Amino acid sequence: MTNGPVTKGLDSDFSLPEEKPLGLVVGGSLSHGVEVRLDTGGRTSVEDLKAGSFVTIRGAKHRFFGVVTDLTLNSSDPRLKHQPPSVDDPFTAEVVSGSVAYGTASVLPHLTMPLVLDGSDKSSVAEAPVAAKTIPSHFSPAYPASKQDVEMVFGREDEQHFWVGTPLDMDAKVCLNLEELVKRSIGVFGKSGTGKTFLTRLLLVGILQGNQASSLIFDMHSEYGWGGQDTDRNTTVKGLKQLFPARVATFTLDEEQARRRGVSTDEVVRIGYGEIEPEDVQLLRETLNLSEVAADAAYNLQQKFGQRNWLASFLSLDGGTQLNELAGELGVNSAALGALHNRLRRIQRYRFLEERSQSGAADDVTEKIIQHLERGNHVVLEFGGYGNDLTAYILVSNLLSRRIHERYVALTDAAEGNRGKKPRPLVIVIEEAHKFLHPGVASQTIFGIIARELRKYSVTLMVIDQRPSAIDQEVMSQLGTRLVCLLDNDRDVEAALSGAPGSRQLKEVLSRLEPKQQALLFGHALPMPVVVHTRSYDEDFYAQIYQKPAVGDGHQAGEPPGETPRERLERQINELF
Amino acid sequence: MNDISAPRRLAEVIEAASSVFRAQCYRLYEAPALGSLVTAGAPAVYGVVCRVSTEPLDPSRPVLARGESAQSEEQIYQDNPQIARLLTSRFEALIVGHQLETGISHHLPPLPPRVHSFVKECSPDEITDFSGGLDFIHLLVGAGPAASEEVVRACMSRLIEAHSDVPDFRVQIGKALAKELAGDVPQLTAILRGLAR
Repeated sequence: MTNGPVTKGLDSDFSLPEEKPLGLVVGGSLSHGVEVRLDTGGRTSVEDLKAGSFVTIRGAKHRFFGVVTDLTLNSSDPRLKHQPPSVDDPFTAEVVSGSVAYGTASVLPHLTMPLVLDGSDKSSVAEAPVAAKTIPSHFSPAYPASKQDVEMVFGREDEQHFWVGTPLDMDAKVCLNLEELVKRSIGVFGKSGTGKTFLTRLLLVGILQGNQASSLIFDMHSEYGWGGQDTDRNTTVKGLKQLFPARVATFTLDEEQARRRGVSTDEVVRIGYGEIEPEDVQLLRETLNLSEVAADAAYNLQQKFGQRNWLASFLSLDGGTQLNELAGELGVNSAALGALHNRLRRIQRYRFLEERSQSGAADDVTEKIIQHLERGNHVVLEFGGYGNDLTAYILVSNLLSRRIHERYVALTDAAEGNRGKKPRPLVIVIEEAHKFLHPGVASQTIFGIIARELRKYSVTLMVIDQRPSAIDQEVMSQLGTRLVCLLDNDRDVEAALSGAPGSRQLKEVLSRLEPKQQALLFGHALPMPVVVHTRSYDEDFYAQIYQKPAVGDGHQAGEPPGETPRERLERQINELF
Repeated sequence: MNDISAPRRLAEVIEAASSVFRAQCYRLYEAPALGSLVTAGAPAVYGVVCRVSTEPLDPSRPVLARGESAQSEEQIYQDNPQIARLLTSRFEALIVGHQLETGISHHLPPLPPRVHSFVKECSPDEITDFSGGLDFIHLLVGAGPAASEEVVRACMSRLIEAHSDVPDFRVQIGKALAKELAGDVPQLTAILRGLAR
């Protein structure tokens, strides 16, 4: 110990060969991971390591990057546990610990990297790690992973890599590959109050800065556009509109509430009765408590009254005899039709619904949204006072998404026929996703279709939910990247991890997450599963993103990207008051 | 008594095998202490004293008790001066290394020391040189019943004494023993108890 280099801590700069190893590989398998006997010199205590820590193992031909999955106390003599030596004597205790009584760490090697790595050479960093198909040979030394190792595995923070958090016990940046992130649908899961919203805000900022895709956020509780509450710290956090005023458009369903909150909105959403389709009614079955027969009656009504008039005509009926006659005419159960009439009347009170059936109000909104998206902007649709009304949320998000989907399909088809350019990739963000994607309706709703097929039409979903077990399995299997905060229901844990390699070990990891600011990330945007302490969404974060220009922006450091003088003035006024 | 600056010639090899040799002391009761490091012959073969005995020179003539009426034990020897000529001190040493041209090897020598090789007790400097590495502990612990816990403990105590200027030498010795006795924790802890300050 007195001679040679001092053992570096977990945040050491680079694993040089002369660095003291944590221990040696003494056994194991590819499926269960290798066993590392911790240093017999007593330099490494089992308490120095934590489950989830990153470790590199220098094999004979490869360097392996793995994660500690378990820690065990072992002894060379089975009698030790029956006749423990007297540890009152510090000399005996010092000799015995680390020699006959020692710790082992189970390390699951996830990736292999080139053996020779020059930390200063960028080209070697470009040599991407690949999934481990073998394990290190006996007695390969294991080292704590360095910042460079983590950077090599998760990428260096740049335009394509968004820093989402830090590993649990080291000061390094875990980055998401934004290109891969938006290619497929994303799932953000966690029980209530575990930081899903903050994690989603981070992801949205990442997507916005990476400029890989536009996003359309159905903002149920008005948390993303103009800032929301941090209930733990009792402070207000900035929304996307405040951070990127020039790149974010806010739409609202509830103009009055927006005015009361003192926030400006770019557009007010109005939807005509004529734009509601029987498919929307199917999706509302649960929230409106409708039977299958009653919901199906909407198709008959559509046939009778026409696509654009069915709802207005139906709701204009007084009920009673008129309904009975109509039921007889359509050949549907009169009680079911009565129930449908009764329940649909509830939606009449929504002020964003207009009875004008001729002009396509929703088409106007859709067009405006698409214009924003095509310009590379991001759209936040705030539900305002309707935030707690699931019926309104499902109705509007489904209706608008369906139209946007139609446009995207048309644009993509045109682009394939060389008649235009491919639409800009879009991420649609929905909360309480199990209401749209539960097995009963996932096959019918637009979100089910987007989750399953729409990657080819450049539309993907970001699904935010606290009950992943209630989401259709087929949809779950299509999620490319999943970010899971603490879940304690077994079925939810299983659903959130379904299909992930090594889900047995991940389950252990997931159950040990802290209830705040920790998440297990895995999937296409990361080379291997990782638990991170998510980046704080606070003043420091705002300052960091202002310093880092979003791609395509030529703004000055220290001010929001793409901000015009007028917007700057507006922002400063907002910040003042 | 142990204040020896130069190696002291104290015995002669009377029997030798690959892993152990037996020596007869020149003077009665002047055998090296249990666990001492000794050398035999040149080039030196190193041994750890594992058994010391004082016995009649002629095994067919057993020693008789003579002091029933003597005032003290010393008086017995004074009244019977022949006793000192009829008795001898002998000891056995486990071979733990040998001198090579290149340095000290902690392995058995190709041949045991010759009979009549002079046996010397190692000086503290020699002990320090010999125990620069601790591989010989493997030979010592692996020598079987001859190397009892007490022999190992006594030998280790002497090494620690010789290395008193190295702060963690005691722990180094302990760790080396732990390696050899990993499968026998009770024996290890018994030795460690003896080595604790």
